[in-house]
Amino acid sequence: MAQLDAVSQSTSRHPRVRLVDHLQHWLPKLALAPTVVLMLVCIYGYMIWTGVLSLTGSTFLPSYEYIGFEHYERLFSNDRWLTACANLAIFGGLFIAACLAIGCFLAILLDQRIRNEGVIRTIYLYPMALSMIVTGAVWQWIMNPSLGLEKLMHDWGWTSFQFDWLTDSDMVIYTIVIAAVWQASGFVMALFLAGLRGIDSSIINAARVDGASMPRIYARIILPALRPVFFSSIMVLAHLAIKSFDLVMAMTAGGPGYASDLPALFMYAHTFTRGQMGLGAASSILMLGAILAILVPYLYSELRGARNG
Amino acid sequence: MANAAQSRFSTSRVLIYGTLLLACAAYLVPVFIMLITSFKTLGDIRTGNLMSLPEVWTVDAWIKAWSSACTGVQCEGVSGFFWNSFKMAVPAVIISTVLGAINGYVISKWRFRGSDLLFSMLLFGCFLPFQVILLPMAMTLGKLGLANTTSGLVLVHVVYGVAFTTLFFRNFYVGVPDALIKAARLDGAGFVTIFVRILLPMSTPIFMVCLIWQFTQIWNDFLFGVVYASGDSQPITVGLNNLVNTSTGVKEYNVNMAAAMIAALPTLVVYIIAGKYFIRGLTSGAVKG
Repeated sequence: MAQLDAVSQSTSRHPRVRLVDHLQHWLPKLALAPTVVLMLVCIYGYMIWTGVLSLTGSTFLPSYEYIGFEHYERLFSNDRWLTACANLAIFGGLFIAACLAIGCFLAILLDQRIRNEGVIRTIYLYPMALSMIVTGAVWQWIMNPSLGLEKLMHDWGWTSFQFDWLTDSDMVIYTIVIAAVWQASGFVMALFLAGLRGIDSSIINAARVDGASMPRIYARIILPALRPVFFSSIMVLAHLAIKSFDLVMAMTAGGPGYASDLPALFMYAHTFTRGQMGLGAASSILMLGAILAILVPYLYSELRGARNG
Repeated sequence: MANAAQSRFSTSRVLIYGTLLLACAAYLVPVFIMLITSFKTLGDIRTGNLMSLPEVWTVDAWIKAWSSACTGVQCEGVSGFFWNSFKMAVPAVIISTVLGAINGYVISKWRFRGSDLLFSMLLFGCFLPFQVILLPMAMTLGKLGLANTTSGLVLVHVVYGVAFTTLFFRNFYVGVPDALIKAARLDGAGFVTIFVRILLPMSTPIFMVCLIWQFTQIWNDFLFGVVYASGDSQPITVGLNNLVNTSTGVKEYNVNMAAAMIAALPTLVVYIIAGKYFIRGLTSGAVKG
């Protein structure tokens, strides 16, 4: 760098060159400027704006009359919001656990020098290329209480089989878990497979020479080494779960009633169709809080890890 | 001894392959069902079941889905929505990718005081729950006269896609040796020349990652489409949802599945042709972002 500065100083005797240098100096910042402005306004500015709206009495139209934390209090006595949060806990918990278990399991199997690994990997991962709306439409059809899976089982001879979760308000949230896991577990598999390929094979060979069995090697060496992959997967999956909107819209539209509602749906319904802008804004701020609660510890541990490593 | 070990070995191989193939079936069956249902007649659907092949293969459901199925009040099929998605995705993908390339170049090769902070602030955009910006964005689009237009959707996708594209290019350009840039500067090359003559020619792989990632994201988006678009600017995801969840009349599952196939085809084709880049985009977006 010092060398470069020296070069540019030696040429700056001519005023014309100095102008060019000046431009060179500012060009990078100028090139970045549009994005920085968009980011400050459309990410941070809008976040603050939504925060402000959540403290006002906005209904169909925004109003800036301050009412304090009334909307937040109303949320926590709102049955539909509490259902949405409970559903998010069930959905998020099962979705993350199932994706991790299936993804990790398939990755370990796929790591055993499998023929046609590329083809199999491609098959596991393609659902991620589909839109959640498409996934929702397909699974809605498969889980159709009278024509779908139930009829298939009857035709195949299991006549007492019953499967009507899609219309059962106690079970409907699990149908969404199934569809979401189908879509995202292959992606988790890809993350784990990449992690497995990154493990130093000499350690495993050394353990094998010492007479350790394969299950033992996995439990003691390989799985602990995959800890970072677990964390980033949880991070991404939790983020997907909190934002989940499309899939529920396509499969159940939150129904029956609001039995399969999630916070993202609650926010959309109150803000854009029920004229409860203030309440909707408050619910979105709580969603942001949930994401931050996961993101901040994660980034903290990542940064600390980077500094130590 | 050796024999026993060998047979145990092969049993476990059979188990492994069996499980892997079973999982393949689990991932493939839903699309198989979608495909065969779309070629059935409604009568066929009533008499058959999910896995039964069509009695008569027919493309009627596809034709109806494309040009005459009812999505809410209109009965013009999903073709209009399909083209809307293209009109939205193509410019949005190109603009966000170009911006990302420039940003990534500046952030990795022309660092200045505060550029790292700006980058971290931008990264947060990858995690942002969009619900928190929906309302102010709606008001802004209204003020700009872009509410319910395709241009408005393009703008929204560019704004919230740039975080990802910048991340991709930044991570790629960080791997390019600084010495290369220094040498070029000593030779008198400036900001633009270095970018155009040195970095762009080596950027094909990351452009592929970015274009594919952005195309899939924007094509598959539903939230922005349903909030910021009206009838004649709505993307295919909204059209499909309207079709599938329309409450009037008999549910025509064959038409629904044909429409779902139509909505899925562009991203599936991209995935099949350029799967390698798709996976790279997914994993780099996840691990670093």
